[in-house]
Amino acid sequence: MKFEARLLIWLGVFIGIMGIVYGVWSKEWGGTAMLIGTGILGIFPGLYYRWWSKRIGERPEDRDATMAEGAGRIDTFPGSSIWPFALGMGCWALVLALVFGTWFAVIGLPLVIFAVSGATAESRRGGDASGH
Amino acid sequence: MVDTLQPTTEHAHGDDHGHDEHHGASGLLNWLTTTDHKIIGMNYTVTSVVMMLLGGAMAMLIRAQLTVPDGGLVSLAKYNELFTMHGSIMIYLFAGPFAFGGLANYMVPIQIGAPDMAFPRLNALSYWLYLTGSVTMLLGFFTSGGAANFGWVGYAPLSNAVNAPGAGADLWIGALILTGFSAIFTGVNLVATIFYLRAPGMTMFRMPIFTWNMLVTGILILLAFPVLTAGLVMLYCDRHFGTHIYDANGGGSPVLWQHIFWFWGHPEVYILALPFFGMVTEIIPVFSKKPLFGYKGMVFATITIAALSTGVWAHHMFTTGVVLLPFFSFMTYLISIPTGMKFFNWIGSMWGGQVQYTSAMLFAIGFLLTFLIGGITGILLASPPLDFFTHDTYFVVAHFHSVVIALVIGAMAGIFYWYPKMTGRFLNERLGKLQFWLLTLGGLLFVMPGYLVGLRGMPRRMAVYIIDPTWQNLNIWSSIGGFLMGISMLVFAANALKTLKAPKTAGPNPWDGHTLEWFTTSPPPHHNFYSLPNIKSERPTWDYFHPDAPALTHDDHDPSHVPGAVKADAQ
Repeated sequence: MKFEARLLIWLGVFIGIMGIVYGVWSKEWGGTAMLIGTGILGIFPGLYYRWWSKRIGERPEDRDATMAEGAGRIDTFPGSSIWPFALGMGCWALVLALVFGTWFAVIGLPLVIFAVSGATAESRRGGDASGH
Repeated sequence: MVDTLQPTTEHAHGDDHGHDEHHGASGLLNWLTTTDHKIIGMNYTVTSVVMMLLGGAMAMLIRAQLTVPDGGLVSLAKYNELFTMHGSIMIYLFAGPFAFGGLANYMVPIQIGAPDMAFPRLNALSYWLYLTGSVTMLLGFFTSGGAANFGWVGYAPLSNAVNAPGAGADLWIGALILTGFSAIFTGVNLVATIFYLRAPGMTMFRMPIFTWNMLVTGILILLAFPVLTAGLVMLYCDRHFGTHIYDANGGGSPVLWQHIFWFWGHPEVYILALPFFGMVTEIIPVFSKKPLFGYKGMVFATITIAALSTGVWAHHMFTTGVVLLPFFSFMTYLISIPTGMKFFNWIGSMWGGQVQYTSAMLFAIGFLLTFLIGGITGILLASPPLDFFTHDTYFVVAHFHSVVIALVIGAMAGIFYWYPKMTGRFLNERLGKLQFWLLTLGGLLFVMPGYLVGLRGMPRRMAVYIIDPTWQNLNIWSSIGGFLMGISMLVFAANALKTLKAPKTAGPNPWDGHTLEWFTTSPPPHHNFYSLPNIKSERPTWDYFHPDAPALTHDDHDPSHVPGAVKADAQ
């Protein structure tokens, strides 16, 4: 995990420094703000990963390891789920509402709320129990 | 020898049918509800290839229009829509989604020994947003005002409510918001998958270069796409809610749109290019029968490209006269160094190898050639005096078409290389080679006259041009090249249809591959692996099938290992 954290921090610091140089030299606000924001976007998750890497130490995927060392549960992967499709259609209706009129949102907004709650409930149950 | 890692995942539901590519109930419902990264990857691949064919058909119309100076094939207004939608489809709906949604989605989890992407349902949502975004953009053609017509860059004030009043422009904005979120979610998924789901022993510096490139692409997506989405929301507000963010009359700044757009747009160039760099980096060593030359250099170059790509955006804006020319010129020259490093490494990987000229390898070499031409003319354009002279001429058009044609050739390399893994079948090699020559020679014939006519001053995005025999001749050659590329795509479509029903003869490892995807069946089972080899180097599959060859580690780059490895392979 250490290298993952470093990668993000290095990128963030480099871009941040570039932002400062650019800001001082050009005195142009838009680019400076975007560069420094991007730098923070690298440093922030990088520090979070660093904190985690200190807490959990070296994982089997960070060192020489045999497959046996990684045996066991990897993660819970959901089976099939209708909610991504429902959420996608809801978002589409919301975007079409921006173009063709608010009445599309009458379809889109409930669909988004319904799909988000459906997906959340599904996660709590640990997957789509009704799936095949 | 093989320590089994039974898809040790805890499945939340009865998952007792992990033996074929499609699990569970077949049919429409299964397709709508799937969260399997392989099916989603296939969906992405097929959808984006269809988009490429659509965008390509528009390009054919554009090239036909330009064969005569005062062509009347399409109206001037329709021509504006055509070049806008051609560019938008190719950039937003083909090149990116094909790479990071299609092949990466399919291959990255398998290459690192993971059962799926980290967030399978988010992955499915990405696809649905991409599909609906694509449909939204194309809907513009069916509105009364026609599709968006302000170029794929949507510059203010051309894109404001006065100059582009129709629903087509709003559909374009909406489509980019949808596909933008789709890309962001895929970026999150790629980074999380690569950080958290690697198999034991798969350290960062043993990951295949394709996976490395997709990690960096994922990070770049996260840096770049939110900026574009924010810019689009502001554009929408300008058009409908009476704000003046990009409107000089109201105290806003049209150049701000250019800053925001290109702050996304230049990292986007590398978001498009890095996956294809990764593909050819997988293909060249496998078909040269050698390990990759300069693995760590390759990783370093990729990270450097990511870091520098955020600092070069305004080289698209030199002629606005309000950008810091020396800074952006210098940064642009700098970014050519890591790209050059990659070229050395690719050539080094072929050097002294036993090169097999399969279709995939030919396409990879074609990628190198075309990309090199695009890259070098890019370095010319990084010089502000030259850029002032050639900005918005066909020289620029030819430059970036060299780059994106290289991406199309790279996409074909990836398809020919991984098609056996994804379907269990081979694409026809003879048709593949025919397609290679048509596509590569057609591509070169298309771009080369563009450079010349651009230096003579022909502006881009014009449906008609001055009556000058030289200009017309160059345009005709360009169009012939374009049509050859069109024919090559028909050859590809024929090839894909022909092999769709062919017997599954590929087997798990037809190319004697290096990386983990060649260890599992073709196509891989649900959750990808029945077992995994121990991972001791960046080439776990190759190590497993060639146990006598000395293992190659990065701490031990003894050059004597390379001939040894080749010898062991020959035995």
